[in-house]
Amino acid sequence: MRKYALLAVAVLVLGGMAFAKGSISIMVVWSGTELEAFQKVVGAFEDKTGIDVKVESVGRDLPTVLVTRFEAGNPPDLAAMPNPGQMAEFVARGGLVPVEGFVDLSQHPKAFVDLATVGDHVYGIFISADLKSLVWYNPDALYAEGLAPADSWDELMYITETLASRGKVPWAIGLESGAASGWPGTDWIEDIMLRTAGPELYDKWVAHEIPWTHPAVKRAFELFGAIVRNEDYVYGGTTGALSINFGDSPAVLWDEPPGAYLHRQATFIKSFIANAHPELDLDRDVAFFVFPPIDPKWGTPLLGAGDLISAFRDTPEVEAFLKYLASAEAQSIWCGALGKLAINVNVDPSIYPDALTAQAAEILKGAKIFRFDASDLMPAAVGSGAFWTGVLDYVSGVDLDTVLENIESAAQEAYGG
Amino acid sequence: MRKTRVHWLYLAPALFFLTMYLIYPSIRTIILSFYGPRSQNFVGFHNYITAFTSPSMLVAFRNNLLWVLVFTFFNVGLGLVLAVLLDRVRYEVLVKSIVFLPMAISYVAAGVIWKFMYAYRPTYAAQIGLLNAIVVALGGKPIGWLIERPWINNLALIAVGVWVWTGFCTVVISAAYKGIPKEMLEAARIDGANEWQVFWRITIPYLKSTLAMVTTTMIVFVLKVFDIVYIMTNGAYDTEVIANRMYKEMFLYQNYGLASAIAVVLFVLIVPFSLINIRRFRAQEAVR
Amino acid sequence: MRWRRRLSRLPLHLFLLTVALVWLIPTLGLFVSSFRPKQDLYSSGWWTLITHPSQARFTLENYRRVLLREGMGRAFLNSFIITVPTTILTLGVAALAAYALAWMEFRGRQLLLVLVVGLIVVPLQLSLIPILRIYQTLGLNGTFLGVWLAHTGFGLPFMIYLLRNFFAALPSELFESAFIDGASHFTAFTRLLLPLSVPVLASAAVFQFLWVWNDLLVALVFLGGYEQVAPLPLKLALLVGSRGQDWHLLTAAAFVSMIVPMGVFLSLQRYFVRGILAGALKG
Repeated sequence: MRKYALLAVAVLVLGGMAFAKGSISIMVVWSGTELEAFQKVVGAFEDKTGIDVKVESVGRDLPTVLVTRFEAGNPPDLAAMPNPGQMAEFVARGGLVPVEGFVDLSQHPKAFVDLATVGDHVYGIFISADLKSLVWYNPDALYAEGLAPADSWDELMYITETLASRGKVPWAIGLESGAASGWPGTDWIEDIMLRTAGPELYDKWVAHEIPWTHPAVKRAFELFGAIVRNEDYVYGGTTGALSINFGDSPAVLWDEPPGAYLHRQATFIKSFIANAHPELDLDRDVAFFVFPPIDPKWGTPLLGAGDLISAFRDTPEVEAFLKYLASAEAQSIWCGALGKLAINVNVDPSIYPDALTAQAAEILKGAKIFRFDASDLMPAAVGSGAFWTGVLDYVSGVDLDTVLENIESAAQEAYGG
Repeated sequence: MRKTRVHWLYLAPALFFLTMYLIYPSIRTIILSFYGPRSQNFVGFHNYITAFTSPSMLVAFRNNLLWVLVFTFFNVGLGLVLAVLLDRVRYEVLVKSIVFLPMAISYVAAGVIWKFMYAYRPTYAAQIGLLNAIVVALGGKPIGWLIERPWINNLALIAVGVWVWTGFCTVVISAAYKGIPKEMLEAARIDGANEWQVFWRITIPYLKSTLAMVTTTMIVFVLKVFDIVYIMTNGAYDTEVIANRMYKEMFLYQNYGLASAIAVVLFVLIVPFSLINIRRFRAQEAVR
Repeated sequence: MRWRRRLSRLPLHLFLLTVALVWLIPTLGLFVSSFRPKQDLYSSGWWTLITHPSQARFTLENYRRVLLREGMGRAFLNSFIITVPTTILTLGVAALAAYALAWMEFRGRQLLLVLVVGLIVVPLQLSLIPILRIYQTLGLNGTFLGVWLAHTGFGLPFMIYLLRNFFAALPSELFESAFIDGASHFTAFTRLLLPLSVPVLASAAVFQFLWVWNDLLVALVFLGGYEQVAPLPLKLALLVGSRGQDWHLLTAAAFVSMIVPMGVFLSLQRYFVRGILAGALKG
C-alpha cells in the first residue's frame, strides 16, 4: 500500500512533461474563447497527422515566461509572438527558425510576409489580422441626429462640433487597459500619422530615422489632442478617457439615450460591444466606416495588427504544423470562430461569422496602402513603454514638447542598444 | 549559550537554499549589471548612470520613499493598535479575520476589487465605483483616483497596499502581544497604572523587538513593491516604483543590464536597515 | 456601575467596528458583484442591493462558468500539491536555521543574520533565469519537486527572520536550565522551542501557504502552463481573455480561490492565543 503511495508521489513529481515522440509544444497568450478556438485548430491538425500538439496557455504573462524559458535554454517548440518587434529581438538573440524554406508563403500578402522578415529570412507566419482604422457607430443614433458617416477629416470634425454644440458627447474613448494602458491612443496617433505624413515617413518614424520631436509626429499628437483633450468632445472628458477601460468604452454608444456617437477601434471590439449589449442585432444596429483621410495626398491608408507564430526548434513536426497554420484550412477554423480576418488569400469569405467581419475583410483586401501598428514594430521600451505612457501623459495635460522629449530619450537608449 | 559545532547541521539546509536560489542569482545580477541589454558588451557604469538619472527612475525613487513612509507608518501603527485593542473584545477572531481577509486574495483579484472602488464615470452617468458614488452623493465631482498626480493617485495605490498588509502586521504583532504574561499586565494595573501607562511602559518595551522586525519587514517588502502598481497603473501618471521599472526592463524591454543595475540599487537601499538590525541584534545579545 | 463601564468601552467598539467595516467593504463589494450579471456590473454599483433592492438582479452564472470549467478539480489538486509540501519544507528548514541563529554561538553569526535580512529584498524575478538554467541541467524543469524547492528558496529569508526573532525573544533562563540539565540542542529544539513557538509557527505557516497558493509566476516558469500541472491562480487568470474581457468571471473566481486560504487561516487561528508561554514559564 505504502509502496503505491510512494509510486504515486514519484509519478506526480516526475510526471511533468515527458513527451512522446511526434509531439510539439506551443506557448500561447490566448485564453477563454480564443484558446477554445485555437484548440479547435490544433485538433484538426492532430486528427490529420497524428502529431500531438501540447498547447501551453500562459495568458498575459507570456512575455515574461517566454523570455525566461528562452534565456534558460528551454523554449517551447513554437510560440505566439507578442508582436513583430519582440520577434525581431528573439531573432537578434539567435533564437528563431527561418520558415521560408518549408512554408508556402505565396498565399500570404507580401505586406505580412515582409513584417515577419528580418534581414533575408522570414521568421514567422501570421495566422490572422485585425483591421484598426475603423470608426464604429450606432446607425440609428447617428442618423437621428441628421448626421452620416464621414468621408474626410473635415466632415469628422463637423460631426464632432455639431454634436458638441447640441450638448451631446461625440466620442467614446477608453485608454485604460491595465498594464498596457495607453495603447488605444497610440493607434489613433498611428492612423493620423499615416494620413498626414504618409507611409514613407511613417516607416522612418518606426525605424527611429526621424526623432519623436519631428513636426510630423507633433502634428499627429496635436490632431488627436484636438479631440481627446477637449472636455466636451469625449465621454467623461479627459479623466473619462484615461480611466475608462477600452473594452467598456464603446458600450455607451448603444445606451438609451446614447452616451456618445463615435468610437475608433479595431475589428475585435465587436465582441466587446456584443458582450455589453447582448440585445443588439450586430448586422443592423452596429456599423463602422473607415477612419477618413486627412491630407488628400495620402488617401486612406489602413492600419492593422496580427497574430504571429514563430518556431524556436526545427523538426519535421514543427514544419508540418507551421505549414498547416499558414493554410486556408487552419485559418478558416480560427477566423471563423473568432471573427478575426484571415491572412491566407484563399480563405473563403463565407466563413466569417457576420456581415461586419466579412465587410472588414473586404476592406483589408482592397487596401492600397497598409501599415502595421507602429508600436508593435518599435522596440518594446518605446512601443510598449514610453509611447504608451507618453500618450497618457499628453492626454492628462502634460505639455506636448515634454512628452515627445521623454519618448525621444527612451528611444535613443532603446534603438542604440 | 553553549559552544558547539553542531550548528552547521542546523544551518546546512538553509544555506543550501539561500546560496542556490538567492546568492548565486544575486552575484550573477551584479555581473550582468555591468553589461549591455543582451549581456554581451561590457558597458561599465552606464546602467547605473541610467538608473540614477532617467526621469522615470527619479520618479520611482520619490514614490518608493513615499511608500516607505506612508505604507510602513499606517501598517505598523494600525497593526499595533488593532493587536492591543482586539485583545480586549470577545469578537477578536471575527475582526482579525476580516482585516486578514485581503491577505488571502491574489493580487489579480485585489486589482479587480480596487478598480471597482476607484472606478470613474462622468457626472452624467451612474457611478459604479464606491468612492466616486460617495463623492457625488455629497455633491462633489467624480475624481480620477488613479490619475490625479502626484498625491491622489500615489496615495490611492498605497491605500491598497495598506488594505492588503495590515492583516499581516496585526497577526504578527498580536502573536507577540499574546506572549506578554497576563500577570505582568495585571500587576501593573493593580499598581494603579492606567491603560495608557501600561501601553507605553510594558506593552511597547515588550514588543520592541517584534515592532522592529515588522517595521523592517514592511520596509523591505515596500522597497520591492510591484504587484499593486503593475496591475493598477503600471507606473503611468508618475506612479512608477523601482521594482516595476526593473520588471519592465527585464521581461518586456529585455534590457538585462539595466534591469540588473536597478536590482542592485534596490539591494543597496536595504543596507541602512540591515545596519539598524545589527545594532538591535547586538543590544539583544547584551541583555542576555 | 456596569453600564458605565460598558459606556466607557463604546469608543473602543466603535473604532474596531469602523476598521472592520472599512476593511470588509471592498471585499463585500466584490462578493456582491460576483453574483451580478455582467451588464449590471458596468451599469450600476453593487450597493444597488442596499439602495434599490428591487432593481438588483442576481445570477449564479459567473460561478457556474468558473466552477464547471474543465480541469477545475485538477487545478485545486495541483494547488495543494504545490502548496502543502512547500509550506512544510520552508517551515522546517527555516525553524532549524532560526534556532541556530538564536541559540547557538558560532563565528559569523551576526554576518549571517544580516545576510538573511538583506536577502529578503532580492526580487525573485531576477532569480528565475539562472535557476531555470540549473534546473535544465538537473532535469528539474516541469517537476513539482522543482517548484517546491524554488518556493522554499524564495520564502526562506523572511521565514528565518520572522522565526529567529521570536525564538530569540524566549527567556534565556529556559534554555540555560535545560542545558544545565544536560539537554542536547536537539532536545531543546524539539521539546522546548517548538511547543513554545506554536503561535509564530502557525502564523508563519499561514503566510507561506498564502503566498504560494496565490503565486502565478513561479509556477508558470518552473512548471509551465499545461493543463495537468496548472494551479488555481493560473486557471483563474486564464478565465479572462487575453485582451482583458470577461472580468466579471474574475469576481467569482477570486472567491473560489479565497476559500482555501481563509480556511487555513481560520483553522490555525486558534493557535494564536495568549498564555502558551506564560504556562511554560510557570511550569
